[in-house]
Amino acid sequence: MNVFEEAATGEEISGPPSQADYLLDRSFRGLATVCAWFIIIVVGLLLWEIGAKAVPAIGEYHLGFLTGTTWDVNKHTFGILPEIWGTLYSSILALAIGGFFGVSMAIFLTQDFLPARIALVFRTIVDLLAAIPSVVYGFWGIFVVVPFIRPIADWLNAELGWLPFFGTTLSGPGMLPAALVLAIMILPTIAAVSQDALRQVPYRIKEAAFGLGATRWEAILKVMLPTASTGIFGALVLGFGRALGETMALAMLVGNSNQLSLSLFSPGNTLAALLALNFPEAGEREVPVLMYAALVLLLITLAVNMIGTAIMTLTSTQMRAGK
Amino acid sequence: MLGVVLNVVGLVPASAEEKLRLTGSGASFPFPLYSAWFKNFSREHKNANIDYQAKGSGAGVLDFINHTVDFAASDAAMKPEEIAKVQGGAVLLPMTAGEIVIAYNLPGNPKELKLPRDVYPDIFLGKITKWNDARIQNANPGLKLPDMPVTVVRRADSSGTTFVLTSHLSAISPNWKNGPGAGTTVNWPSSDKFVAAPKNDGVTATIKQTPGAIGYIEYAYAMGAKVAMADLQNKAGQFVRPSAESGAAALASAQLPENLIAWVLDPEGEQSYPIATFTWMLFYQQNAAPEKAKILREMVEYGLTEGQKLSVKMGYIPLPENVVSAVRAAAKKIQ
Amino acid sequence: MSAQEPLFANNKTPADAPNLQRSWVEPRSLLNLVLSGLTWIAAIIASVPLFSVLYGLIVRGGHRLSLEVFTELPPAGFEEGGGFGNAIVGTLVTVGIGALISIPFGILAAIFLGELEPNGKVAFASRFCAKTLTGLPSILAGVFAYALVVMTTHTYSAPAAGVALALLMLPTVVLTAEEAMRMVPANMKNAAYGMGCTRSQVIWKIVLPTALPGVLTGVMLAVARAAGETAPLLFTALFSSYWFVENGKADLMTPIASLSVLIYNFSGMPYDNQIELAWTASLVLVLLVLLFNILARVLGRKKV
Repeated sequence: MNVFEEAATGEEISGPPSQADYLLDRSFRGLATVCAWFIIIVVGLLLWEIGAKAVPAIGEYHLGFLTGTTWDVNKHTFGILPEIWGTLYSSILALAIGGFFGVSMAIFLTQDFLPARIALVFRTIVDLLAAIPSVVYGFWGIFVVVPFIRPIADWLNAELGWLPFFGTTLSGPGMLPAALVLAIMILPTIAAVSQDALRQVPYRIKEAAFGLGATRWEAILKVMLPTASTGIFGALVLGFGRALGETMALAMLVGNSNQLSLSLFSPGNTLAALLALNFPEAGEREVPVLMYAALVLLLITLAVNMIGTAIMTLTSTQMRAGK
Repeated sequence: MLGVVLNVVGLVPASAEEKLRLTGSGASFPFPLYSAWFKNFSREHKNANIDYQAKGSGAGVLDFINHTVDFAASDAAMKPEEIAKVQGGAVLLPMTAGEIVIAYNLPGNPKELKLPRDVYPDIFLGKITKWNDARIQNANPGLKLPDMPVTVVRRADSSGTTFVLTSHLSAISPNWKNGPGAGTTVNWPSSDKFVAAPKNDGVTATIKQTPGAIGYIEYAYAMGAKVAMADLQNKAGQFVRPSAESGAAALASAQLPENLIAWVLDPEGEQSYPIATFTWMLFYQQNAAPEKAKILREMVEYGLTEGQKLSVKMGYIPLPENVVSAVRAAAKKIQ
Repeated sequence: MSAQEPLFANNKTPADAPNLQRSWVEPRSLLNLVLSGLTWIAAIIASVPLFSVLYGLIVRGGHRLSLEVFTELPPAGFEEGGGFGNAIVGTLVTVGIGALISIPFGILAAIFLGELEPNGKVAFASRFCAKTLTGLPSILAGVFAYALVVMTTHTYSAPAAGVALALLMLPTVVLTAEEAMRMVPANMKNAAYGMGCTRSQVIWKIVLPTALPGVLTGVMLAVARAAGETAPLLFTALFSSYWFVENGKADLMTPIASLSVLIYNFSGMPYDNQIELAWTASLVLVLLVLLFNILARVLGRKKV
């Protein structure tokens, strides 16, 4: 009845925007543009701040800094190759484990494996784990994870010690405990964002697949995941970024030793942990060196993101072209 | 510009009856003691609230130089070039002291492991790699030491504790002096049996969780966590148990110069425990307001009287009498 | 007479009709079963450590949870009892300031990246910068805010902490919100354009409400992370053992307590009372974030 009443008055429901509307539109869009620029400016400021402080160290150590392996404050020799290796090794390992379990958890929670209510409760609990302070994860790692994997590590080292991955014994903190705890830390982020990506896929696409006779997993693997792939990739980027920059938990678990080793059980060090542990007590000479290391970390994040974006563009072109 | 805006917008002007808030930062070693002092002091003096945050001696010195705090604390005092940077002059006062113990974790929990003077530097140099090495076994005839590798736990973060230990090791072992040397961070031997953990509690937790581990922590932490501590052989050749008395004996031999910065790297005396150190509070000679200076002087007095009683209870070493009077005299310089 | 047999194409008989029953032995079906089983196993394996951490928190921190914890100030040294009411207030204030800065900026930037000009050069650069920011170690954010705010104002303060936390929260908010906005179906937007809406009206009335659940996920993740960060707060807000609001006045430009720094301090002390309180504080922090999450979900139910 209402609709006919409205139609009877002759007033239009739809029409061109008014002057005020245009003004609001322009200002809102301007505001959004400013904010996008803001991000670029902030990163620029950050790089400038860190770069400026790092210049004395760059001038003194040049590229030898990136290939050196000793960190001796007294003798003024600095090198961060073990830290670069440790950062990449622990983050890639954490991404592999955390990414796999995170995405499978996301599939588990969105593809009707559980009743909706229980899935929601589960999801809330997993989201909560993003809030636990890194210090607590560090302690949990020392008191629970390390004793737990010690017998497994000893067995692996005894039986398969010839494999470089199990080459040394577990002396306590090390690469594997650090990577495991890191994986647990990034799992909530990856799971939450992947769940959103999967939920955004319109249900009728899945129904269409079923209508064509696909099994549940064929629908998931061939239809849902590819459609949600940009979102899932975004989740992995966020998770990887977090892994690269994680400070406190790794500082307690990675062993902080300048070892360059493929062994999962040997202690190592990461750039973020190096920064966090040395910065509070750094003297005049050490601060530029630490800033140089921070610059290297930022450049690594940049490089990894570039590679990731390139892979993403390649695969999506393939998908569009081939399928 | 941002600073000006924030200052104008955020500041609430302090009136006469408002509480004065004083902030300090620095060493984490004396943090438990200082926070107890300041809390009690603030309760008794209704016109002041004093806060102290542990971030590390170096960060504290940085804050002190930048004038972002009202006072600071450092295990390594300050270097002359740092003191020169402080606008308004600096007053360094040793307020308490501590000792560093060598804690270990062996199956069966044997107490009173004795470590001779030439043995423990070599353990930290990585030269002694097994617990049943002859040199350790010979000093401990009553103990059956296991055939386990020695895992050395050291500090991951740069710290005053490392500074004190490495200075002592440099003083007694030429190999150490030419090798890693002394400092808040040193180049430890590169071996996968050397692990690191951040802060005293991290090292304590790692020692407790790793069978065959040995490491260095502050006395208060070893007491609180009930970790086994080794008896070290001092300059006089005696094996001394870590305690408040043996620490005080070590400090009694200290000669305090005019600026009150002294190190006991290798103390004399039969009863002295070999590794002990003062820790300093840093004050400005010229403070922002005379009321602040007054509160700070009263706080120092509190620390020298009531505070010393609390320090023994909490695992710190009480200051010898001569040090107390020297500090009291120097405190007058805080204006 | 028997009923008429139904006629099949190509003169086939009923016996030739395909069997529509699922056969478990058929390879596709088998694969399906195996994958489902693996997913269950993966979910269980992933849940074990997650629940282990939560369990540890509840067991170690639960028994000190009481009213005292919310109303008392932190204990020192050998004192018994005590609480951390001021730290709870401090976390709310610092994370609040951080959220106030990062959420508007983040969502507006995401609007630009996802809606207004997703393919332009500015968008590419901005998106790239946001992704690079995800890898920023928390201590660098603290050092940056220290140089920017603390050194210019000559004091530690809550706004400085807010700036550092905002830096850490921004990338999560921007990237998640952008993704959420991209997924809004084009036909909804086109219908609005057809009715004569300006681009802002479309964003405000169609895109944002539809994308709200996704945006909120980003906000919740960002807030959860900010609440648990320690290193940036050490460089910007320091700590205080006293209440933020005293005698009705609150000074924004002094050091302020926070749960994460409290946990950092207390977990490192050799006294049992403090260690227990550190666990309880961790539990309270998680419960606070839970409260916030529930609130956000209730307020942010899909409006369209």
